[in-house]
Amino acid sequence: MNTKQQEKVATRNAYGRALVELGRRFPEIVVLDADLSKSTKTHEFARAFPDRFFNMGIAEQNLMGTAAGFALAGKIPFASTFAVFATGRPFDQVRNTIAYPGLNVKIVATHAGITVGEDGASHQAVEDIALMRALPNMTVIVPADATETARAVAAAAAHQGPVYMRLGRPAVPVLFGEDYEFRLGAAAVLREGSDAAICATGVMVAEALKAAEQLAAQGIEVAVANIHTIKPLDVETIVHLARKTGALVTAEEHTIYGGLGSAVAEVLGEHYPVPLVRVGIKDRFGESGAPAQLMEAFGLTASHIVRAVEVVRRRRAEWAGRCR
Amino acid sequence: MAEVPAELVQELEARARSLRADVIRMLAEAGSGHPGGSLSAVEIVTALYFHVLRLRPQQPAWPDRDRFILSKGHAAPLLYAALAARGFFPAGELLTLRKLGSPLQGHPDLRKVPGVEASTGSLGQGLSVGLGMALAGKLDRRNYRVYVLLGDGESQEGQVWEAAMAAAHYRAGNLTAILDYNGLQIDGPVSEVLSPLPLAEKWQAFGWAVREIDGHDFAALINAFSWAAEGRECPSLILARTVKGKGVSFMENQVDWHGAAPSKEQAARALAELEARSPFKTTGRPSVCPQFAPDTDGEGWIRRPLGGRRGETLLSGAESRAAEKACRS
Repeated sequence: MNTKQQEKVATRNAYGRALVELGRRFPEIVVLDADLSKSTKTHEFARAFPDRFFNMGIAEQNLMGTAAGFALAGKIPFASTFAVFATGRPFDQVRNTIAYPGLNVKIVATHAGITVGEDGASHQAVEDIALMRALPNMTVIVPADATETARAVAAAAAHQGPVYMRLGRPAVPVLFGEDYEFRLGAAAVLREGSDAAICATGVMVAEALKAAEQLAAQGIEVAVANIHTIKPLDVETIVHLARKTGALVTAEEHTIYGGLGSAVAEVLGEHYPVPLVRVGIKDRFGESGAPAQLMEAFGLTASHIVRAVEVVRRRRAEWAGRCR
Repeated sequence: MAEVPAELVQELEARARSLRADVIRMLAEAGSGHPGGSLSAVEIVTALYFHVLRLRPQQPAWPDRDRFILSKGHAAPLLYAALAARGFFPAGELLTLRKLGSPLQGHPDLRKVPGVEASTGSLGQGLSVGLGMALAGKLDRRNYRVYVLLGDGESQEGQVWEAAMAAAHYRAGNLTAILDYNGLQIDGPVSEVLSPLPLAEKWQAFGWAVREIDGHDFAALINAFSWAAEGRECPSLILARTVKGKGVSFMENQVDWHGAAPSKEQAARALAELEARSPFKTTGRPSVCPQFAPDTDGEGWIRRPLGGRRGETLLSGAESRAAEKACRS
C-alpha cells in the first residue's frame, strides 16, 4: 500500500490492459462495446483481437442481449460502456436476459460516479450499485485502484456467473503493489484501529486512508476496510469491525440509498447495531465541474470522512449513555 | 416453390393438431396463459421442431445443435409441448404448467427446462440473444443455425431494431427470424395500437432478406426455411401471416383470447373440434409419432425423406432470386 507516492492510473486504463492479457490466456473471451471503446479502453482488446471484438453501436439493450447470446454459446463476454448506459438504460435486459438465467456475462462499466466531471449528471451514474445489487445472481465489484482492477478483472473472468464491475474515468492513486491479492467477496482490512472503522469502496478507499492518517495525527486510530465486493458482501468482516470499534462510517462515490452505505446498514441492523454515518451522495443527481471540485462539493473527501468519524464517535458516546 | 411431399405435410399437420391439443389442455389445467399467440405459431414451431432443427434431445447442450429462441415468450405452452414431443422431457410434465414448483414457468426459463435456449418473456430481447449465438457460431466456425420467433406486436420494441441493424452489419447469415404476423395484440389490432407496418420493407431496409408466406402452410414454411438456410451473408426474415387462435373456431381472430385460458368446458369444445379434424388421438398425452425415426445423428427428424442435404435449397435458382427481395450485404 502506498499513498505517499501518489502515482495515479485510471481504473479504466487498467481494465483495458487486463483485458488484453486475459484475451491471450482465454480464447473464449469476447468483448462488446457500445461506441465508447476509446473511453472504456476496450479498443486495446479490439486492436489485439479484432475478431473477438464487437462494437454494437449506440444500442445498449442489444449490447446486453447479444452478450447473453455469446455466453449461452460458451463464450465469456465482457460488455462495456459508461455506467449510466450499462445499468439504467438496459436494466430490463440485464435483469431478464442476464441475471435471471445467471449467464456468464461480465458487465464492466466505466465513468461511474461524479468523477466523470464536466459531462454532468446525465453521464454520472450515482445509483448503478443500487440497481445491480438488487438483482439476484449478480456479483458487484468496485475496485479501488488500477492494481485491484487488474486482479478483479481476472477474478471476474474466472467466476462463473454475471458480474457488474464499476470503474471510473479519472486517474486515481495506485494503492496496492504487485503483490496485492484480490479475493472475491472478502473485504480487505487495510489498516487496523479500534476507535472507529471506515468501510470504503472504489475511489473512496484512498480518501478513507487519507482520513485515517489525519485522524491518527490527532491520536484517533481508525480501521479502514476496502469493501471491493459489494455483493456478496463480507458480512463477517463488517460485523467484526462493528464489534471491535462500535462506530462505523461508510464511504462511497454513490447515492447513500441502496449502495455500500445501505448494505452495511442492513448488516448492522440485523447483526450488530452500532452507530453508522454514511458518506456518499445525499439523494441528488450530479452536475458539471472538475472531478476534484465535485468531490468537495458533494462531500466526498478525506476531510468529510474525518468529520463523519467525529460524528459517529460522538453518537457512540451518546448511545452508550442512553442505552448501555 | 419446390414440391413438398404430401405425406410429409400430412405428418406435420397431424403433429400440429397434437401440439394444439396439448396447448389447450395445458392452459385449461393452468387456468391462465396465452392461447391466441400460441395457436398462431403452431405450424411455425412444428415445422422447426419436426423438420428443420438439428437437435439431440438426449444431449440438449450438443454444441452443434441448431438454436430456437421463443422471443415471444408468452407462447411458452407451445414451446413446452414441442419440446416434450421431441423427447426433451416427459410429456406428463406438461400439465404442471404455471404451477408452483413446476419447471414449466409462465414464460420460458432456460435453467429449468432442457431444450429451452433463452429465458424470455420480456418482449423484444430474443433476437439480440440469437444474434450473440449466431456470431459465436461464426467465430467458432460451427455451422449451426439460429432461429428466433418474434411477435408482430413485439416488433414495437426498439431493441428488435437494434438487433436487426446489428445482425445485418455483422452479416449474421446463420440467423433467421420468423415473425408471427397474427395482427393482434392485447389492446387490439396491431395496426390500431401502434402500427409497425410496413414490416417487410422495414426489415429489407435494415438489410435482411425477407420472404412473406402463409404461416399455416407447411409447404410454404418448409420452402421458406430451406430458402433461409441457403448460405447468404445477410440474416433472413420469414414474415409469416397467421391467424391468432388458429385451429379453435371460437378463438380465431378474437383479441380477448390473447391472454385468457379456456374453461374446462371451452377446452372440451376446442379439443372436440381438433379431434374431428385429426387422424391423431388427441385425448391422451402426446406420444412419440411412430412415423418419425429416432433422432440419433442430430439431423432433423423428417428431413431425409425429402432427399435434400441440410441447407440445400428446394427452390430453383430463379425462384430463389425472385423470392429474395433484398439482401444488401
